[in-house]
Amino acid sequence: MSEYIISLAGLTKKYGALTAVDQLDLSIRKGEVFGLLGPNGAGKSTTILMMLGLTEPTSGTVQVCGINATMHPVEVKKRVGYLPDEVGFYEHRSGLENLLYTARLNRMPVQEATERACQLLKRVGLYESAHKKTRTYSRGMRQRLGLADVLIKNPEVIILDEPTLGIDPRGVREFLDLIVQLSREERITVLLSSHHLHQVQQVCDRVGIFVGGRLLAEGDIPTLSEKLFAGEPYIIEAGVQSPLDTAHLQQVLQGIEGIRSIQLSNGLFRIGCHRDVTSAIAGAIVRSGLELIHLHRKTYGLDDIYNRYFEGGPIYEQTA
Amino acid sequence: MNRLLNLVALLKAPPAAARAGKAPHPFWAIVDKEVSDHLRSWRFNILLVLILLTCFGSLYISVTNIGKAVKPDDPDGAFFFLKLFTASDGTLPPFHVLIGFLGPLLGISLGFDAINSEQNGGTLSRIMAQPIHRDYLINGKFVASLIVISVLFFALGFLVMGLGLIIIGVPPTAGEFLRIVFFILLNILYVAFWLNLSILFSVLLRQAATSALAGIAVWLFFTIFYQIIVKLVAKALMPSEMASQQAVLHYQELVLNLFRIVPSQLFSDATTTLLMPSVRSLGPLTMEQVYGAIPSPLPLGQSLLIVWPQLTGLIAATVVCFALSYFSFMKREIRPR
Repeated sequence: MSEYIISLAGLTKKYGALTAVDQLDLSIRKGEVFGLLGPNGAGKSTTILMMLGLTEPTSGTVQVCGINATMHPVEVKKRVGYLPDEVGFYEHRSGLENLLYTARLNRMPVQEATERACQLLKRVGLYESAHKKTRTYSRGMRQRLGLADVLIKNPEVIILDEPTLGIDPRGVREFLDLIVQLSREERITVLLSSHHLHQVQQVCDRVGIFVGGRLLAEGDIPTLSEKLFAGEPYIIEAGVQSPLDTAHLQQVLQGIEGIRSIQLSNGLFRIGCHRDVTSAIAGAIVRSGLELIHLHRKTYGLDDIYNRYFEGGPIYEQTA
Repeated sequence: MNRLLNLVALLKAPPAAARAGKAPHPFWAIVDKEVSDHLRSWRFNILLVLILLTCFGSLYISVTNIGKAVKPDDPDGAFFFLKLFTASDGTLPPFHVLIGFLGPLLGISLGFDAINSEQNGGTLSRIMAQPIHRDYLINGKFVASLIVISVLFFALGFLVMGLGLIIIGVPPTAGEFLRIVFFILLNILYVAFWLNLSILFSVLLRQAATSALAGIAVWLFFTIFYQIIVKLVAKALMPSEMASQQAVLHYQELVLNLFRIVPSQLFSDATTTLLMPSVRSLGPLTMEQVYGAIPSPLPLGQSLLIVWPQLTGLIAATVVCFALSYFSFMKREIRPR
């Protein structure tokens, strides 16, 4: 058995003239938490549907747990739990009944299913509401019930499509903690799709950036920033009291070696450099008589990685 | 062959699984859930009350009129018990006409939101992510509704028979009993047609309300407007008074066949033949054909032979609807909401 639990090769999905997913290659290792990051309409959901065999790829292959998902969807779905972005339950049934139904569809004996359902409901903090009808559940409760529903079949992989959409910040934190805990304890591989980068940064071992049906970059966050900002590993933000244009500042900073670019955004100058010249910049600005009010050396977060791709880029316009 | 074996295994699954103390096949889990959904729903219970009321109403009417219904020279006189289902004084239509009227409503109401409610509720993609084949869901829903309908109609039919037996005190003959059983099966088939039509609409149309309306529209069109249209066409095609007997016969058959495009016409043709054994043809008969015939009831086999085309037509319509909904559901991409 290969080390990769999910591997996509040359995966393409076309809807008429629109290419939703374009030549996607992606491998996910067993036990890792992988974040699929991209704006709405980037093809994340379509990719997930193909992994579950719910839609057929135009070309390319999907292997999940070593099984071809297009040819043998049922075998894959035995091992993979999927939480769609707007999960629905049978409203006139209780949370427990909904879980038991899923267990029955997975051919789980009734007694075992009941035990496991109760255990999971305790785990996601819904034990008290187990016998309430799901129509009375709040958004956060539904999402947690959804997680229990995904876990009841003892999956090797869980795929969560925008799982934190519409939950309050505290709920999000609890939810993500739960996912990380599960992944560590039970060695479940987690694939998490989101357009919310902070959450992805918080929990994911590796991240793939997905725009316009293409995977632009993948790796852990330090690797990603290295790869993407090879020319300008340092960004220095500087704020000056008096209004000033970029050309003027360029003049001021003329003598400093290593500056690659200067951009003005929201009243702050973003100075991209290939080595750390913070003190030199500060000195030059002060010497020129400008009042320096803000100086900050940034390290790259997912935010910057995200902005790098989506800020007015032509790729984003196409998919929007 | 393998598929066939799978199917056999599928059908055998529940008892075998029960013996082994294991979980039942997922298909039966779906059927189980759907049946209990129907039984718990307000919709079904309202219809149940409606059908029970009409059923007892028509039973009352037929029991009070059964004395008048039997005439000395009536060829159906030997089939006294069947009068329970057909006798009426005109205030309320007899049992089989009422069922012909309410059956479509029952079928439509059981099926109109089968697939689209799952889609709108966000449950469809969750269920489809479970290790089941996609057709289990649509087949399971169909089988569940069919079970509910069958139990309902057999219970109703036997209830009317039992009450009739107590009130009039005449037991049915074996022939009569079989005729009633076939009549009940016919009812189930007829409702199954409407059920499949509404399942088809539920696959094609996103909104449950639209699909219910579409089902009712088809029903109303066939029961009211189609009759008017056919009558108009018939008037336009009417042969002149000088026309040959052959031409008149052709014309009559054409009009009848136009009527028979409608499933309700097929149903009422078939029920009348089954419940009134003296009916010996559903089309026009020439004088030569009738000449010398003794007005006696037909045996069950002959009655069935007369309605065979009607039965085939109904089954075909049902199968076509099911095939269409099956096809379009299997081709569909399942997206969450």
